[in-house]
Amino acid sequence: MFLLPLLMAAAPVAEPPVEPAPTTTEAPVDWDKEFGVVRKERDPVTGEIPVDPYVQSAANAGAKPYSGEGLAKAFGGQAGIRRITDRALELSEADPRIKAIFEEHDMVRLRRTLFEQVCYVLNAGCSYTGRDMKTAHKGLGTTRADLNALVENLQRSMREAHVAFAAQNRLLAKLAPMSGDVTER
Amino acid sequence: MRKSPVFPALACVLGALVSAAPAAARDLVSFDSGKLILTNGITTIEGSGGGGLATWATISGMGTDRAVGISAHVTGVELPDFRLDTHGIAAGIRDRVELAYARQNFNTRNVGAALGLGRGFQFNQDIFSAKVRLAGDLVYGPGWLPQVSVGVEHKRSLDAAVVRAVGAKASAGTDFTVSATKLFLGASVLANATVRWTKANQFGLLGFGGDKRAGRSVQFEGSLGYMVTSRLVVGGEWRTRPDNLGIAREDDAKDLFAAWAVARHVTVTAAYVDVGSVATFKNQRGGLLSLQLAY
Ligand code: HEM
Repeated sequence: MFLLPLLMAAAPVAEPPVEPAPTTTEAPVDWDKEFGVVRKERDPVTGEIPVDPYVQSAANAGAKPYSGEGLAKAFGGQAGIRRITDRALELSEADPRIKAIFEEHDMVRLRRTLFEQVCYVLNAGCSYTGRDMKTAHKGLGTTRADLNALVENLQRSMREAHVAFAAQNRLLAKLAPMSGDVTER
Repeated sequence: MRKSPVFPALACVLGALVSAAPAAARDLVSFDSGKLILTNGITTIEGSGGGGLATWATISGMGTDRAVGISAHVTGVELPDFRLDTHGIAAGIRDRVELAYARQNFNTRNVGAALGLGRGFQFNQDIFSAKVRLAGDLVYGPGWLPQVSVGVEHKRSLDAAVVRAVGAKASAGTDFTVSATKLFLGASVLANATVRWTKANQFGLLGFGGDKRAGRSVQFEGSLGYMVTSRLVVGGEWRTRPDNLGIAREDDAKDLFAAWAVARHVTVTAAYVDVGSVATFKNQRGGLLSLQLAY
């Protein structure tokens, strides 16, 4: 209570602050030009931003695919897998823990390549055409906590799609060994 | 019942660390609660992170490798002739180091009267433990590489005269553990194997060493769990134990458990426990209920 008079004494005297005179408007600085940033245009057909050239290989997926059709079925085929990977990315882009990491990245491409990767690993009839995990995540600065957040979002999207828990874990079993390539120590 | 001065002291130190967090030490002491649910494990009756009976290689608390974590537990084990109550706190630092304290109170009920100790006599014990993760990860990394940790558990009976009268050679002792724990995601199975070098009689409640063997022996702890959902694990554990005291045979301890993460920070564990013969009273089988809060 003894703080009250102190607080009141500190209260500002009601006087409007003097506004500085408006400065003359200058032409806006083109920061991209100043810093030599080259903005790549999206491909008019795919809507993706081109990436640096790389050698395409199934090995880039970072995991050997399962054999048999059981898991593809458990995930609802390619349509089911696409819904799940899209939803996992949608949740991650809205997740306050990790959304900043996805800003300024080509989500059109990521939606396609993540789908391809999961579809390939589950033997649901896709080839993976993206980059390897180490190259794709270089410099992102992702941590173990970020990875866990992404896994939780993926688990939620699989749960929403009614994928059996044991089947969910079969996918995670293929992704878990990639931790060293997708996060920074 | 004597009160341990250590519990409040440790709480104070941790409290100070926590309240210092917003200031300069933000990076040093930041909580992220970033572990996946249940991957921090539950708390053993000895206060370390693990299952119920077996110590695991997991590091307590929900903090990941760039943060700290903290947990607190209370556990009650109801047996036909005894009751064991434990409580404690544990801190995990960067998912690398675990420091824990636990207090065990073992009520002998009518057995106390039969042994001439008085009805409801309690054996009390303080356990200070430390664990360091050496390699691997419970969930991530190569599928064949488990999380491997080494630990020490220093146990101090608060009833030195009584445990000596029972035949124990010492009233304090130190266990050394090596644990390997892995979540085999492809099978939704969690497996743990621990080797313990110990001379504790009945976890140390009846002192350390005895007429049959005074020194340490190598014992084994195994746990197997099945993940039913991301919040529910069911399984069983087996723990071999020394048999140092001539007057009171000691058996292996076993349990069947269900651990349920009610919420991100709250795990409740119920178990059926069989510890065999305790202080000449056979067939001590009963129930365990444990509550853990973890951040
Ligand atoms: C095992 C876990 C992960 C898998 C399987 C995975 C998969 C992928 C794939 C397939 C790509 C696209 C590669 C390409 O463009 O050629 C990619 C890129 C990307 N990933 Fe991941 N990822 C994982 C973990 C993470 C985590 C934890 C984060 C951050 C929270 C993250 C953020 C990103 C971002 C921002 C990109 C785009 C990079 C760019 O635009 O160049 N990923 N990831």
